[in-house]
Amino acid sequence: MRRLTRRRFVLGGAAAVAAGAMAAAGRLRAPGEAGGEKPDHPGHKPTGRQWAMVIDLRKCEGCTTIDKPPQCTAACQEKHFLPEDQTWIKVFEMEHPDGGTFFMPRPCMQCENAPCLNVCPVAATYRDESGNILVDQDRCIGCRMCMAACPYGARYFNWGDAPAPDAQTVFAQRSPDYPVPQKRGTVGKCVFCAHETEFGKLPACAEGCPMKAIYFGDLTENIATNGKEVVILSRFVAENSGYRYKEELGTRPRVFYLPGHGQEFGRKSI
Amino acid sequence: MSALAMEKEQLNTVVLRPVLGVPRTYYVVMAVLLGLVVLAFVAWVNQLMNGLAVTGMWDRVSWGLYITNFVFFIGISHAGTLISAILRVTQAGWRRPITRMAEVITAVALLTGAAMPVVDLGRPDRIPNLILHGQIGSPIVWDLISVTTYLTASLIYLYTPMIPDLARCRDRLRGLVPYPQWKVYDILSLGWQNTPEQRRRLSRALNIMMILIIPIAVSVHTVVSWIFAMTLRAGWDSTIFGPYFVVGAIFSGTAAIITAMAVFRRIFHLEQYITIKQFRLLGYLLGALAAIYLYFTLAEYLTTGYKLEEGEKPLLEELMLGRFAPFFWSFAIGGTLIPLFLVFFPRTQTVPWIVAASVLVNIGMWLKRFVIVIPSMGVPLMPYEWATYHPSWVEVSITVGAFAGFMLLFALFARLFPIVSIWEVEEMLEEGGEEAAEQPRPVAAPAFSFAEGGEGGA
Repeated sequence: MRRLTRRRFVLGGAAAVAAGAMAAAGRLRAPGEAGGEKPDHPGHKPTGRQWAMVIDLRKCEGCTTIDKPPQCTAACQEKHFLPEDQTWIKVFEMEHPDGGTFFMPRPCMQCENAPCLNVCPVAATYRDESGNILVDQDRCIGCRMCMAACPYGARYFNWGDAPAPDAQTVFAQRSPDYPVPQKRGTVGKCVFCAHETEFGKLPACAEGCPMKAIYFGDLTENIATNGKEVVILSRFVAENSGYRYKEELGTRPRVFYLPGHGQEFGRKSI
Repeated sequence: MSALAMEKEQLNTVVLRPVLGVPRTYYVVMAVLLGLVVLAFVAWVNQLMNGLAVTGMWDRVSWGLYITNFVFFIGISHAGTLISAILRVTQAGWRRPITRMAEVITAVALLTGAAMPVVDLGRPDRIPNLILHGQIGSPIVWDLISVTTYLTASLIYLYTPMIPDLARCRDRLRGLVPYPQWKVYDILSLGWQNTPEQRRRLSRALNIMMILIIPIAVSVHTVVSWIFAMTLRAGWDSTIFGPYFVVGAIFSGTAAIITAMAVFRRIFHLEQYITIKQFRLLGYLLGALAAIYLYFTLAEYLTTGYKLEEGEKPLLEELMLGRFAPFFWSFAIGGTLIPLFLVFFPRTQTVPWIVAASVLVNIGMWLKRFVIVIPSMGVPLMPYEWATYHPSWVEVSITVGAFAGFMLLFALFARLFPIVSIWEVEEMLEEGGEEAAEQPRPVAAPAFSFAEGGEGGA
């Protein structure tokens, strides 16, 4: 038997450390694209849907005509017990190139090439089977890399504690589908109301919109509804010159906008 | 006793003196630094208890001082690589009296720097998730791998060439220092007896490490930059960020080593070993790096500024002319142009001026990191106003604490271990004749005497 010298011991130790490191590296996964992380995350039920949203800007007045704060935002905040400053859907007053302004609600775009998803170090952000980009707040380490990466500013951090939920929701089991109550030190964002859409309900913002400007639908069945009318999604977008915001970035959002402003209310279009 | 033996004896006496004891002011300074570190810990505990809400960060400026400090300290850590690896590879003999300091800067700056993202995390309790659920596609994981590799390699690279000196402490300081301190030398010196076989192995190990550590160091600051460059944000969405950051790191690292050299030369009376030669030559390197860094800066901002893409325009306006202009131009002029002038202008090639140039670079490079991180966060991605950021006392306190901690660790090391590599300087003394031959005396000598005289008044 060969004598165990210090040199051999150190070399052996180094080899063991290297082997351990490689084993650990084996655990490192490829980016959580297309549900690579599925089994780890709670709340997964295949729906067979690919959710998308169409926002008809001809109908959106930012709720200024009814003299209220944007009702989509309010409905969302109420549903998810969000602090004031978390506007998972936010209505922006945009400047039109031809002069004047128009209103544009911005939910999470649920990008098909999501910059936030690629950068998450722990796969807390992932895409579920219906195409929703979700955050597992029980895994998120709060590095905020995703917030730096999102070109739409659609992600929010729980800097402090989220407001306490009401009596009915107080026992809610927090899940990526329904992150309530939100966990301090983690990131939150619009989840397309994934916990309700799978049961055929509209997202809170679409429900809450008094102008019925928000259509929610399924790309596989090519259908969308605002709760009042049902449209063929692709034709609806194509015939009304629909576009996606910051299309040039290549993020391939699943939120489509129909241009125009206030036409439904007899306002002069621009 | 021969002249060489006497020189060696004097070297040992001078270098080992701080290990035996330091003046009271040294402890006073350490106590002040410790106080600042404790204050930072208090701030951090406050942050842990109340969440990051106690910082000045918010949803639109979601990274702030912590990430700025992270980039700064990781940058400083490149001091060791430059001096100990690059100068060792090129066999620049004059590096010998400063290798130890450079390696300590590397190790200490990495420790301080690595703490910063941890402080920045919303859920530091979930750090194990980085291993349990690590995503190799995330720049954060690249950083984790890279920085920990670099830290490990740097600690090895600091420790390995210390072994002969630790043995020296073991042999010479028995009974002169408290027993536990002596025992540390005894254990850490691994039974070094300075045999030819041991020397051969040490030299082999160092030869391997000096090559290995260069690509590791390059990778570290490259992936630090990629945290920014992998996003679509104005100012960060850049292809040259990797090399730009690496040059910036070596630049600020060089400035850091010059500053540290000046401090320890003065308080430990090392004037005999750290001479104007080290300052002048490192000054040249600093100047060259300043020029390269300026070139990268020009390349970066001119190519975006010429086209003025929609997203870049507001950023460049704020950076060059708006609210960040004081920081940006302080960096560009005070942090690169003026130091460049100082180290190359013959009249200012004296220790005080070169040190002044280095301090300017250090301040300038911190400001540069600040204007890399903050404006790109503040620039409106949606039709917002510009997002402002006012660091809270918690962030300021932790930042001050990080700098204090850096200096405290350094001071602690210098109190306990020889801050100059004795065996390497002995080698230099032995080669004294050769050195003189390769460096024509007439050039070196006047500069030497000029500076020695000129420095007395500083």
